[in-house]
Amino acid sequence: MNKFLNGLTQEKIVFLLFVIILVVFSLTLPGFFNAGNLVLLLQGISVLGILGVGLCVVVIGRGIDLSMAATMALSVAWALQLNINGMDLYLALAIGLGAAMLVGLINGVLIAYAEIPPLFATLATGACVYGFGRLVLIHTDLVYVTPSVGNLRFLGQGRILTIPMPVIVFAVIAIIVGLILRYTKFGRFTYAVGDNQETARVTGVSVRHVVLGQYILASSVAFIAGITQAMAVSSMNTRISDSLLIYEVILVVVLGGVGLSGGRGGVRNVIVGTLLIGTFLNGMTIMDVQYTTQNAIKAVILLVAIIADTMVNPRDEQTSQHGDI
Amino acid sequence: MNQSAKQSTAYAQDANTQVDTSSGDAFVKFRYKWIPTHIFGELLSKPWIDNVVPVTILLLVVAFFSATVNNFLLPANVMDGTRQIGELGFVVIGLMFVVVGGGIDLSVGSNFALGNLLALALTNIFGLPVWVVFIAVIFTCSFVGLINGILVGYFKLRAFLTTLVMLIGLRALVDTLLLEYALDISAGYFDDDFWYFIGDGDVLGIPTSVFLLIIVAIAMHIVLSRTKLGWHIMAVGGSRRSAHNAGISLNRTVCLSYVMCGAFAGISAFFYAARLGNGGSYPGVGLEVLALTAVIVGGISLGGGRGSVFKAVIGTMIVQIISLGVVQAGLLSGAGQLVLGLILLAAIGFNVRWVKNRDKVLSRIYMSPTYFALPKAPETSESSGSPYAANDRLGAVEVIGLDQVDGAEDVVFDSHDNLYCGDRRGNIMRFDAPDYKQARVFAHIGGHPLGMAIDSQDRVVVCVGGMGLYRVDQSANVEKLTDETNRSPFAIIDDSRLRLTDDCDIAPDGRIFFSEATIRFDMSTWPSDALESRGSGRIVCYDPKRNTTKTVARNLTFPNGIVTSFNGQSILFAESWACRISRYWFDGPKAGQIERVIENLPGYPDNINRASDGTYWMALMGMRSPALDLALRMPSFRKRMSQEISNDEWLYPNINTGCIVRFSEDGEIIESLWDKAGDNHPMITSMREHKGRLYIGGIFNNRIGSLKIDSEDQNWTGSESYWSKS
Repeated sequence: MNKFLNGLTQEKIVFLLFVIILVVFSLTLPGFFNAGNLVLLLQGISVLGILGVGLCVVVIGRGIDLSMAATMALSVAWALQLNINGMDLYLALAIGLGAAMLVGLINGVLIAYAEIPPLFATLATGACVYGFGRLVLIHTDLVYVTPSVGNLRFLGQGRILTIPMPVIVFAVIAIIVGLILRYTKFGRFTYAVGDNQETARVTGVSVRHVVLGQYILASSVAFIAGITQAMAVSSMNTRISDSLLIYEVILVVVLGGVGLSGGRGGVRNVIVGTLLIGTFLNGMTIMDVQYTTQNAIKAVILLVAIIADTMVNPRDEQTSQHGDI
Repeated sequence: MNQSAKQSTAYAQDANTQVDTSSGDAFVKFRYKWIPTHIFGELLSKPWIDNVVPVTILLLVVAFFSATVNNFLLPANVMDGTRQIGELGFVVIGLMFVVVGGGIDLSVGSNFALGNLLALALTNIFGLPVWVVFIAVIFTCSFVGLINGILVGYFKLRAFLTTLVMLIGLRALVDTLLLEYALDISAGYFDDDFWYFIGDGDVLGIPTSVFLLIIVAIAMHIVLSRTKLGWHIMAVGGSRRSAHNAGISLNRTVCLSYVMCGAFAGISAFFYAARLGNGGSYPGVGLEVLALTAVIVGGISLGGGRGSVFKAVIGTMIVQIISLGVVQAGLLSGAGQLVLGLILLAAIGFNVRWVKNRDKVLSRIYMSPTYFALPKAPETSESSGSPYAANDRLGAVEVIGLDQVDGAEDVVFDSHDNLYCGDRRGNIMRFDAPDYKQARVFAHIGGHPLGMAIDSQDRVVVCVGGMGLYRVDQSANVEKLTDETNRSPFAIIDDSRLRLTDDCDIAPDGRIFFSEATIRFDMSTWPSDALESRGSGRIVCYDPKRNTTKTVARNLTFPNGIVTSFNGQSILFAESWACRISRYWFDGPKAGQIERVIENLPGYPDNINRASDGTYWMALMGMRSPALDLALRMPSFRKRMSQEISNDEWLYPNINTGCIVRFSEDGEIIESLWDKAGDNHPMITSMREHKGRLYIGGIFNNRIGSLKIDSEDQNWTGSESYWSKS
């Protein structure tokens, strides 16, 4: 039993929790455990999951990206707007992706070169992206998807073998990012930088370039998540930059066991975290619990997960770095 | 041609070039006389300099909006704007405590919303008295803070995540309650004069919330900077581990900072509720970002440990004025966020760079050499026939206390012939008469004792470098006479503390005059002052009868040795880097005046003491060199040198070879005593005549020198000369 407890990571705890909730819901909730509902469950969380996969790269590198929601909303909305204004779809998408990557680049420069703490650098760029976008690029809160996007709609609304496309996009992104993290030089260096930046630097890793890469990757993933979302619901609401979306993404990432202190975790953790949240939300919806109450209960569960993690992996006062918050 | 002759030839050539470049010198002299660049370094060393940038931003922001937005400064707008500043200010002050303590609280926005909802429900629905509502709101919000505090402080959860969860959870709670009570709140009506006064009233023309904010800000400034709690928060934020090792309870301190943050969010919500009177759509949404921006723009450092209430208030004003200005300018939505984001980026970029580089910049620009031209040095070569001509008269010096003392800067005798000297290890050593064989620790003071004097009751008065003026009586009781003087008017750096007291002497009425070599540097960094040659030393008088200390002469160039002259109305003092001796009249018809006694010595004078025949002994601790004399006329060269090479390679006064000079009351040089080999007594900082012998001290020596001299009065003692005449 002791051995079992010692081997208990947050990922395992959350996965156990997921299984328990799944079992309980399946036994108690009519209409929960059937293929249709489970697919729906996955579809509901896929955008959150995609964002989580993007964010986890940054978090593993001991950073955080609060500007992801704004980047996603504004880059996609701008691309759609350009398309509505008559630009070729693929050129518009390329420009949107380019804009998103530019935001990532700016984040990376601010963090790696200007040495501004990631939390505040991305908080500021998030505000700037939203502000600049609304001031200069887009003049309405909501940008609708027009028929001019053609087959791109399939990305949000299509199905392959009864699996909705957003779920497939989630899976593909998760696999790609997972492979990058595990098998490429950039991926391994990301872990090294997140674990101990100074050591990584003296070992010869060009830390600054790795950090740049992380933020650009995260922003690009945010753009893909945004396109998927926009195609699924036929619009992009720029107001989501202001909502709690980005906090939920962070929680999905952290819940699964990607440590905010960097160097730990991977895509698998994000998937586990996303599944738990998704199952939970789905069950609540079936039980007809109010949205606000769902949020409250969600917060309590997250808190329990964080407390459990702190108890299992206590913070080391001697090695924790100054300014860790 | 021997070495010294070569030198003197080179020096003569230099003197010629000095004439040639005099027109060029005039400009340099003018520039360094009238453009006081050293004040930049002094300003940068002040703690309040951190606030300059936020205040400048604030002024620019106000100026910008006044110029570009119509009616920006209309009284009504100002009134409304300041009211909002008052509300945001409370949140920012609360958040400041958490950030200074090394944490972060994202839940302030939701907490604020909860407090607002509670206040409205209690007034509009239940109609409770205002003070009950106030207490209930503060209590509730503090309770939320307490939960944060317990989780972060006691359970050691990560502040960012924990308060993030709290943000989401509380927001959900507020939304749920709003669904329940929003209608009732809107339908309710609360008619209470005091409630209106809080929301819309003013005190002395200042909105109520701002008035209270001012009071609270002052109180919190005192809490943060003057109380145990404030110090603990600062200490924990500055370094958790050190604070823990110092015995501070991390858990409790961190927890309390969150409780305070919650309480302030509650106060803010209370005023907000009183002003608007309805639930609004999303009160407090994004407030955490606004407050965090204010904290950072104000210049409060993110890692913790640095911050003040003033900074929080300035940050609040900047952020709120920008928000209002953008709204009033009627710009499209998004402009406010863009501007705020850019300001946040600039502020934090600056903040990070500032904290990182401030000390580096300070060390680069603090030292500020000035123009200082010395006339051509007098000849010292053996054959020159000058009174300074080198000889070997000190070669016969005998050694006392070899390896028993370390760094005896000065020696002094009491009326029973016992010898006292300083020691680098913080002691005053004593050699008993008559043989002076064995040193023993007479008293332990702590700092390095420098110049000494004996008073009428055989007490040793001593200047201790870095500590001040001390007195040791015959029972070896150490007594601090003074370590501070009156602060100079208009001085930027605080010069009230004594940093480098150097030598002292006692006037017939018991007043003690002592020199402080420099107010800009410490004992260990005296070469910096030598390189500056700025004249930042002073002469201070301590009056034991009234126990007062007063600066009597300022802007002296490294004042060093001091002796009370035989007339009892003046002191003679040496200015080392200026190579001159001056007289300061403290009594008599010329009281307060300074006059030159000797200009242009060939070396750097140190201590001066009385000789038996009515003349004075003076130590030259080192000799001038042509290269340094030339460099003194080239301030920018010395500045560059100080920045580009390490300080052990600087060109600064050579103090390893010197001599003893005797001069008369009116400044005529009578004789000089040299030691060309320097075997027995390598360097000289002081000498004291006693019963036909001269006892010599040196600040780097491990011994005291003793030399037989041919004085007329072989029984003369300093103690009698000072205290037996009357």
